Amino acid sequence: MSEHTKADPATEGRRGFITKALAICCGGLATLTPVGAAIWAVLDPLRRTAGAGSFLRVADLANLPDDGQPRQFPVITDRVDAWTGYDAEPIGAVYVKREKGSDTVEALSATCPHAGCFVEMDKESKCFRCPCHNSAFTLDGGIVAPSPSPRPMDSLECQIDKSGSILVKWQNFYTGIEEKVARP
Amino acid sequence: MSTTAPQADSTPKPSSGLLGGLADWFDDRTGYRALVHEALYERVPGGARWRYVWGSCLVFAFMTQVITGLVLWASYSASAQTAWESVYYIQHEMAGGWLLRGIHHVMAQAMVVLLALHLMQVVIDGAYRAPREVNFWLGLILMQLVLGMALTGYLLPWDQKGYWATRVATNLAGLVPLVGPSLQQLVVGGPDYGHHTLTRFFALHAGFLPATLVGFLVLHLTLFRKHGLHAKQPITKPDAMFWPDQVLKDAVAMLAVMAVVLGVILMPALRAMLAGEPIVTGHLGAELGAPADPSQPYAAARPEWYFLFLFQFLKVFEGWGASGEFLGAIVVPGLTLGLMFLMPIIGRWKLGHRFNVAFTLAILAGAGLLTAMALHEDYYALWADKTAYADVEELLKKTGGDEQQLAAALGNDEAKLAEFEKRRHEYEAIRKSEAFLVAVKQAKADAERAVDLAGRPEKIPPAGALSLVRSDPLSQGPLLFAQHCASCHAHIDPAKPEAAAIFAQASAANLFEFGGLVWARGLLDPEQVAGPAYFGNTAHSDGDMVSFVTDELSDPDLWKPDEVEAVIVALAAEAELPTGGASADLVAKGRGLMADTDRCGSCHAYADNETELGYAPDLNGWGSREWLVGIITDPTHQRFYPEDNDRMPSFGVGSNGGPPTLTEDQIGLIADWLRGSWYRPAGH
Repeated sequence: MSEHTKADPATEGRRGFITKALAICCGGLATLTPVGAAIWAVLDPLRRTAGAGSFLRVADLANLPDDGQPRQFPVITDRVDAWTGYDAEPIGAVYVKREKGSDTVEALSATCPHAGCFVEMDKESKCFRCPCHNSAFTLDGGIVAPSPSPRPMDSLECQIDKSGSILVKWQNFYTGIEEKVARP
Repeated sequence: MSTTAPQADSTPKPSSGLLGGLADWFDDRTGYRALVHEALYERVPGGARWRYVWGSCLVFAFMTQVITGLVLWASYSASAQTAWESVYYIQHEMAGGWLLRGIHHVMAQAMVVLLALHLMQVVIDGAYRAPREVNFWLGLILMQLVLGMALTGYLLPWDQKGYWATRVATNLAGLVPLVGPSLQQLVVGGPDYGHHTLTRFFALHAGFLPATLVGFLVLHLTLFRKHGLHAKQPITKPDAMFWPDQVLKDAVAMLAVMAVVLGVILMPALRAMLAGEPIVTGHLGAELGAPADPSQPYAAARPEWYFLFLFQFLKVFEGWGASGEFLGAIVVPGLTLGLMFLMPIIGRWKLGHRFNVAFTLAILAGAGLLTAMALHEDYYALWADKTAYADVEELLKKTGGDEQQLAAALGNDEAKLAEFEKRRHEYEAIRKSEAFLVAVKQAKADAERAVDLAGRPEKIPPAGALSLVRSDPLSQGPLLFAQHCASCHAHIDPAKPEAAAIFAQASAANLFEFGGLVWARGLLDPEQVAGPAYFGNTAHSDGDMVSFVTDELSDPDLWKPDEVEAVIVALAAEAELPTGGASADLVAKGRGLMADTDRCGSCHAYADNETELGYAPDLNGWGSREWLVGIITDPTHQRFYPEDNDRMPSFGVGSNGGPPTLTEDQIGLIADWLRGSWYRPAGH
């Protein structure tokens, strides 16, 4: 302001500085309030976790032939989506197979470890194939090179309960990396 | 910009250092320094003044709405099954959601106040006069856009309040001659309110109106800068620059506005803190009513406070029919606004300017007065003394309000009749206000219940929160009971002082906590069984049960007191209600007495006592949900009163092949409500 008036430039300069500083502080504080509230709310999803993986029933052992052939089963459970609670909804799929004469099973997640697409079973070529970027996997889930996928298909823990139900520990893993790391 | 600051040096000097060099590079390509200079170095004739802050405050308020609105948008879902639900989620479950929504809600109201102040300042200072007429008109358009955003935003939570206020507003739009009905249908998005009403209002609120507003705001500010600030005359101080002198005043005012907004939001928290109560953040900021329900009346419906004056104004035209409403809601406000558009022309004459000032102040004062009247009418009962009108109440009750009888009762005295009419009017005003206050209280309870239900661990079903409320015994039970049962049955805690009066009016048993310990104890009490809370007002008043209780049960030789107590707890146990910590042995003893064919079992079937059904109600599962559903469905069923049912309708049985009075679900709701079986949030 000193250039507009003929007052003592030093006093005027100091007064001008204080005015400017105060104006910026007040304006900044007023503006930061809604911005702060907005940021607080925008970051809300970071507080949310999917919860620890739990064992979910996918099928009965008796209904899974022991031919070593993977079969696709939906994973069904109660699901909460923000405010809505769904009863017994399919939330994903697994491939489960049982070797000849075995009373245990192996399960693979149908989610491609490369970028999260749904891996399909190619019965003719006897392999798994991801339709998005052509990752291919053996029926055991191993990588068929060359593949964009950094790791084999994700195996899931399985249990057979007393009533003969197959339980699979349902988990999601980070995609695109070599290590298999479960999402929180 | 005819008045750029002549002294300010705007030629950019070569800067030193990396940052300075970068700034120079950027300025070369954009000319940003000149832009900033243009924005900040505006001459303020006569120096900075507080009276110029309102325009800046409005821009600030609008920016606040844009910031908070965009983030709200990121969490809002506009459909009849998700609007309330997503707003509930924002308000009660999202971190900081209550603050975000609170700021948006309260700032919207602050904007209306700021608009009024800005308008007043412009009119009083004569800032609308040549050459600023067009800018004044732009300002009036901006004002309508802001009010439009307020109106459309009110509906978006899809709660009872917003829903019913919007129904009224859109119905008023339907009053416009010729195009009204089509206009209404277009706004509503079809013949009825639903998904498309929400999507349309949301598109208006968050898209069309703000985009238009930004356009008009740019024009408004451009013209403002073109003509320069209209200084309040006379100018006594030297000119100053917009930056930093006026900016400081603007910034202080903005901060004050924000402080008031935060104050309004946080006041209840402060009050709770001082009272030592826990602070529930979900209750801070903007209200969220119960989910919109077109099937439930909402007597607490009122527009937001800044539209209350219009609401009250419409009452002036009561009794004029649709043309009156058209006049009050559209013609008069339209003419008023039209006159405001003419202000710059009227203001060319000195007297005209005075008229404009007087007119604006009169409009604001009128609106203030109407608002006060509306509030006074609604809250009158809070301070009015109803007991002073006891005579009016009594006379009205006696005569049933019949004109001739009233005149006769007052001795056909004209003066007395006139005086009575005046007092009757006041009495009616108190009653109306009382009804409104009850409705407000109910609305608050309904809203809290809906929030409790939505917060269950199971969350809200895909059908939406309304389906939760509709299947909630605590919400629906009292309504269904009032509609179908209360014409005969009382439902009141016998310990309450007003219970006796209510029992006297009932013609069937009091069902408060039916099946519970207290109820069962009363039933087996010789003093009570023939009283109005049990069989007193029914055909069973001299039946076998009453004589059994009064003659046999009261005889200690026949029934020891601990035996009676055993039957009482066994009955409560049969009803699957709390037995007050009674031992299993006592319950078993009671059950034995109930089955004993020399005791209860001589008339009542219970367990394996082989007493035939039909003479007295089945004691198996007596008072349980299944038993209650059974008796409400069909009291003439063999298990209950096949021979001597006293007036009770078979609510679950259709007559002549028609549908039953109550559905299975409704009967279940009544049974659950009577049994006190409903969801209770943890900590309640």
